[in-house]
Amino acid sequence: MKRVTFAILASLCLATAIVAQVAQPLEDPAIEQRMRNLTKQLRCLVCQNETLADSQAPLAEDLRREIREQIKAGKTDQEIMAYVSQRYTDFVLYNPPVKATTYLLWFGPFVLLLLGIAFLFRYVKRRRELIEVKPLTAEEHRRAERLLRQM
Amino acid sequence: MKKLVFIPLALFLVLVFAFSIVLLRGRDPHEIPSPLINKAAPAFQLAQLHDPKTTLSAQDMRGKVWLLNFWGTWCIACREEHPWLIEYAKSNAIPIVGVDYKYSSDTSDEQAAAVQLLAELGNPYALTLYDPSGRVSIDYGVYGAPESFLIDKNGVIRFKQIGPITDDVWRDKIVPLAKQLNQ
Repeated sequence: MKRVTFAILASLCLATAIVAQVAQPLEDPAIEQRMRNLTKQLRCLVCQNETLADSQAPLAEDLRREIREQIKAGKTDQEIMAYVSQRYTDFVLYNPPVKATTYLLWFGPFVLLLLGIAFLFRYVKRRRELIEVKPLTAEEHRRAERLLRQM
Repeated sequence: MKKLVFIPLALFLVLVFAFSIVLLRGRDPHEIPSPLINKAAPAFQLAQLHDPKTTLSAQDMRGKVWLLNFWGTWCIACREEHPWLIEYAKSNAIPIVGVDYKYSSDTSDEQAAAVQLLAELGNPYALTLYDPSGRVSIDYGVYGAPESFLIDKNGVIRFKQIGPITDDVWRDKIVPLAKQLNQ
């Protein structure tokens, strides 16, 4: 049964891969490669958890066309990214720029990490203070020696 | 030391509180604020839907407060908005310019379909333009039709509505803002 399910899943994956290949127009592979690299870093606005490179939404297709044309027009990668973010905000950039509104996003995790480390240190220190070092009594010494001899 | 047991519960409650505030505000998280608000409306020159020989540019609307509405016959939410737009147009408060657009993967005859739809269901638009490549809609950052832009006399975008213009948005936001901009 498992094997059958696997076969079905595998053929489905293959089928979509083939469809995706067919859908790709015949273009200069260098331009296609640059377009793919750029659109991998961009969010599709129709299916917001997909990249522009992977999305099958009609809008994504047209945006890829626009980006292809901008590459042909000799625009730099920065210019193309600016072209997209000017229209759809920094929200579409999977690698958002560091600026006042994104400080929390960029540095928040490090602040949390530092807080965690500080908390851990305090906790360990407090536990260490709880441990009392008591010298053994004479009776305990004798018991320990007896046990050692038995080994 | 026992008080520490309650920390996870307290954190959980803080999270519940934060999530419920965001959810109850009722804002669609898919809606992204337009970067175009208070910026110049992108220039365009488009042929009219009914008369492809005549074009209209954004520049031609200078001196007017107007509403630019992006739609298409393929868009279900636009169909929903359509009767409302007809109502709004009757009030003569704001001229509505429609841009019928389609994506390049759509090979149907959008122009003919749009002409037919407007003939059948009524035409709310002072002017209807046709954007067959969807380029102008991309320049306006449209991603979920219908989208509407309120543009002032100097060609600056003052308000954007993503999705159908509901009764309350029209009455409470667009009309008062247009009135203020017309003064």
